[in-house]
Amino acid sequence: MRITCPNCGERDRREFYYQGDALALSRPASDAGPEAWDDYLHNRDNPAGDTRDLWFHEAGCGAWLVVERNTVTHAVHKATLAEKVKR
Amino acid sequence: MANLIALTPCDGLLPISEGSMELREVALERCVSVAPFEGKQKAASDALKAQVSAGLPAVNRRSGAVTWFGHGTWMLAGDVSLHGLAAVTDQSDAWAVVSIAGAGVEDVLARLVPVDLRPSAFKTNHVAKTMLGHMSVTITRTGPAAFEIMAMRSMAATLVHELQVAMRGVALRA
Repeated sequence: MRITCPNCGERDRREFYYQGDALALSRPASDAGPEAWDDYLHNRDNPAGDTRDLWFHEAGCGAWLVVERNTVTHAVHKATLAEKVKR
Repeated sequence: MANLIALTPCDGLLPISEGSMELREVALERCVSVAPFEGKQKAASDALKAQVSAGLPAVNRRSGAVTWFGHGTWMLAGDVSLHGLAAVTDQSDAWAVVSIAGAGVEDVLARLVPVDLRPSAFKTNHVAKTMLGHMSVTITRTGPAAFEIMAMRSMAATLVHELQVAMRGVALRA
């Protein structure tokens, strides 16, 4: 598996650290209520297919990326700098 | 006050040579990382240019004494004052820097680094942040068959060992 880092270009998977669903970028408002926060903190989908995850280019440029890939075909579609992702 | 003896990271390890390749230490007296504040990259680059005659190069590039060092970070061999423009952090003594040069160095690095460093893909002053073995390094091409490699100081002996074994292997096959 290879991920194309927006800074470094195509790199091997072992340069990256996997964090989890990119949902973590969509933080609820502080007064959003316990249900929204419970959902944000604990509930994740586990789809067979397209996913959007946070990855860290640990052994490279140190940027956080949002990687879109498919867990069925193992295709990596896109990687975007997390700081450039619209929230 | 104790009379301390300053040792460079690769003291007692380098230089070494195998075949026509040479591995030497690059002694950095002083170096600082430069991380521009939000929206201040251009101003920081201009100020840097005025002080050390090289601005912030593009990602994966080196310009003069300034090397791209990761997302939003550059490494300067030297010192600079960028008050209000960038976080400037002293990195002196934190990095082991070596130069490896001579015919066959691309073959040596191909044994250790999972990035294409051949001249067609990686030209002079190109920079790659990647791995050498299991170690994070910053690799810069400094000439036709010459590279500079930066690793954390604590990894200096591992860096030299990995490179020496690979150099010997390539030299024996030459």
